Amino acid sequence: MWNTIEQRFRAIGNNVDFCSLRLVEEETEALSVVQSVAQPVSRSLDRGAMITVVHAGGYGYAATADLSEAGLRAAFERAKAWALATAGKSVFDYSKAAWAHPVGEYHGPASQSPLDWNRGALMDLLMTESEAARVNDKIVAWGADLSRLDVRQLYLTNGGGRVEQSFRALIPSLTATAYADGESQTRSLGGQYNGYCRQGGMEVVAQAGLRGAGRRVANEALELLAAPNCPSGSMDLLLMPTQMMLQIHESIGHPLELDRILGDERNYAGTSFVTLDMFGEYQYGSPLLNVTYDPSRTNEFAAYGWDDDGKTAEKAYLIRAGKLERPLGGSVSQARAAAGGFDLGAVANSRACNWNRAPIDRMANLNVEPGDKTLDQLIAGIEHGVMMDTNVSWSIDDSRNKFQFSCEWGRVIENGELKGIVKNPGYRGISATFWRSLKAVGDHSTDDVMGTPFCGKGEPNQVVRVGHASPACVFGNVDVFGGEA
Amino acid sequence: MSGQNKDYCQHFYALADRLQQSLQGSEGFTLWLQGETSDFVRFNHGKVRQAGQVSQAYLTIRLVQDQKHISQTVVLGGQADDHAMVVAVVAELRKALADVAEDPHLLLSETVQSTETREPNRLPSSEEMVSDIVAAAGSSDLVGILAAGPVCYGFANHHGQRNWHETTNWNFDWSIYSHGDKAVKRGSAGLTWDKAALAAAVAEARTQVELLSRPVKSLTPGNYRTYLTPSALSELVSMLNWGGFSEKALRTKRSPILKMAEGEAQLSSMLNIVEDTRGGLAPAFQAEGFIRPDEVQLVQAGKLTGSMVSPRTAKEYGVASNGAGAGEGSESMQIAGGSLPTADVLKALDTGLYVGNLWYLNFSDRAACRITGMTRFACFWVENGEIVAPLNVMRFDDTMYRMLGSELEALTQETEFQADAGSYHARSSASARLPGALIKDMRLVL
Repeated sequence: MWNTIEQRFRAIGNNVDFCSLRLVEEETEALSVVQSVAQPVSRSLDRGAMITVVHAGGYGYAATADLSEAGLRAAFERAKAWALATAGKSVFDYSKAAWAHPVGEYHGPASQSPLDWNRGALMDLLMTESEAARVNDKIVAWGADLSRLDVRQLYLTNGGGRVEQSFRALIPSLTATAYADGESQTRSLGGQYNGYCRQGGMEVVAQAGLRGAGRRVANEALELLAAPNCPSGSMDLLLMPTQMMLQIHESIGHPLELDRILGDERNYAGTSFVTLDMFGEYQYGSPLLNVTYDPSRTNEFAAYGWDDDGKTAEKAYLIRAGKLERPLGGSVSQARAAAGGFDLGAVANSRACNWNRAPIDRMANLNVEPGDKTLDQLIAGIEHGVMMDTNVSWSIDDSRNKFQFSCEWGRVIENGELKGIVKNPGYRGISATFWRSLKAVGDHSTDDVMGTPFCGKGEPNQVVRVGHASPACVFGNVDVFGGEA
Repeated sequence: MSGQNKDYCQHFYALADRLQQSLQGSEGFTLWLQGETSDFVRFNHGKVRQAGQVSQAYLTIRLVQDQKHISQTVVLGGQADDHAMVVAVVAELRKALADVAEDPHLLLSETVQSTETREPNRLPSSEEMVSDIVAAAGSSDLVGILAAGPVCYGFANHHGQRNWHETTNWNFDWSIYSHGDKAVKRGSAGLTWDKAALAAAVAEARTQVELLSRPVKSLTPGNYRTYLTPSALSELVSMLNWGGFSEKALRTKRSPILKMAEGEAQLSSMLNIVEDTRGGLAPAFQAEGFIRPDEVQLVQAGKLTGSMVSPRTAKEYGVASNGAGAGEGSESMQIAGGSLPTADVLKALDTGLYVGNLWYLNFSDRAACRITGMTRFACFWVENGEIVAPLNVMRFDDTMYRMLGSELEALTQETEFQADAGSYHARSSASARLPGALIKDMRLVL
């Protein structure tokens, strides 16, 4: 079928400056058990194409699921009409961007192998873990689910570009809610918003620890229910990878997105406290902070070979030894910044959530590089503090500066030792200063690969998949608090 | 460009008929379609950033065999080969049904209630609308998005029920920036386009932008008297849709307003909240084929009196469904107005915060319905009933039971209709009608 679509595309798009076709096929299936009742199985098969035209300095796109010759031609004509209609009215002369014509293939782990998706056996596994979570009558809600995702993409350009890519990912999760005396506490496996999401095959289920998680997670929910609130005050904070992923995402990833810095998102997702003149100069964090865009960690959720504007994906340092080096911006944003006198470089982060949305700057695999401390050493270095694990709440201002985050699980740390469990642990800070309080960075043994399927941004709105790998990290003098008394 | 739309209605009816013919034995089906042909045009600095069109129609096919069922969502190309695809999908679902357990909570409508609503297209071309916007923006730093074109919803089942809801509308969500993060936010939507009204709205926004050029005031954390505009109140009460009114969440003790349900807390007696399907934009039918009532009372005089009940929850707990979707959220929320004339808001506020918008809310203690979030866009410090200075953004962290309970002083007489500009996966049909709220004491923490 792809050859037919390619032939149809090659017959159009030759009378414009640049034209591309981005075909996306996405197949999913979701299995779920809620309170030991098998939920209806839902599947999806999505397939469509976006044609983009750059002509006379204008830019237009049209997305269609009608992949017939007439459908693709009509989409091309609509995209061209939009390019012509907006030429001279646009924020940028799009003919000045370097439109790539890449050739190649990229196939993520397990994406070309058969998947042992034994629906019956997998439902049995979910039912077993769900049942195990029902440890006593205080557990009032519990459930487990597993979904799979197969994506195939074809990118063609009128300059001979042709890229095929394929990806497979699995997303297991499990939650349990305990309730007593008017209060409930929920504990989960990797977060209530699918933090364990990775590319790969059935090995992802084992990596996430789904087997055996039901009883453990439910017991931890009960422990939370009986625990005191997290103490309040200024203290050291040990964040585990299940929270570091959110901290990286909100207060490094989004503020470094170049389209936000250029103002595109000011009506919706927001702007950034980072400005164009800060790259190469600004001390974002302590010298222990090293942040990379890293597509080479192929099991992370957002590893790929080329972005959706055809730029080759390569590992790049965004922050090195605490100093800000480069933004998360694709080729178009790079050209826009350059037109304004800022030569910032680009990374392959121009991404669309599907065939029916246009690419914009999005973080992908955004990681904190490991340091040299074991978890025991991190804890031993804290005189008075709290360890927090698994994000449950996140809020940050539209410049990505003032934040407040909460976790499911906390442990007090006193004199270098882990003490009691605390509930409703939260902390506040300001991005511009928070990362400078980074005191210690865990080594590879503390590192974990997390991510989210639900990063929202853009007008029209888009939800994209993002990966975050991080070690455990310690921050000093953080404003920590607990729940309502 | 809006004229190149496919007639998905007849295509949908034909697919339903074809599916009916392909059933075997006692099989049944439901179909749910959500489609649109949308022109999306982004603006930045008063110019076009990205313009294009998206034509999509997602069809969810559910095959039912007694209490077993399985569903698959496919995208339609709008051509005759969609018929073969639907038949092929049903054959696959039939095979997969063997792996599926009986679903004790399956509840589908069996009473045939067919409806059809189709509004004619009364919009000019999207290029014309874009030209009007660029002209109205002039030298202003306008940023935002125009979405325009037809949106449709369809339902069909093997009992012969057919429902269709189609409108061709526009939604322009925008803001004008003064400098930095200081901006005025506006939004409007409709079935007809009024170039003069757009120009007037931009001119009105510019007058407020001028206020933002005054020297900025930074507040310290503490408790403040606060006025929330209808837009800001909308952000706050939208948190009640995060499992708040969900009957399933209430039953499983995960609702953030559990304390209301258990009689331990309540909102102000001024608060009356209704799911107002009749006054909203969402279709009056849902994916299991149930017709929504015109109104569902949710909060009366500050007390929880109702919930959103999906068919699935209704079956599980033996209660009546009220046509809620699977997420059991309000799609057409209405909060009744109060006694404070909007014209007197600054005078009544006297000294405190005027909050144009809130942003990025989340629960900081879900069980206590404690919510944190940020101020955003046009927020001002008011002294003696006069706007004195724009405010730098501040974080609040307070419980709903205080903000809209013990500390609620007044609601405005006038209410404002807001059409959701959201477009995750598809253009939203959610809307809300709300007043502004004057709060005696609101906690700012950062």
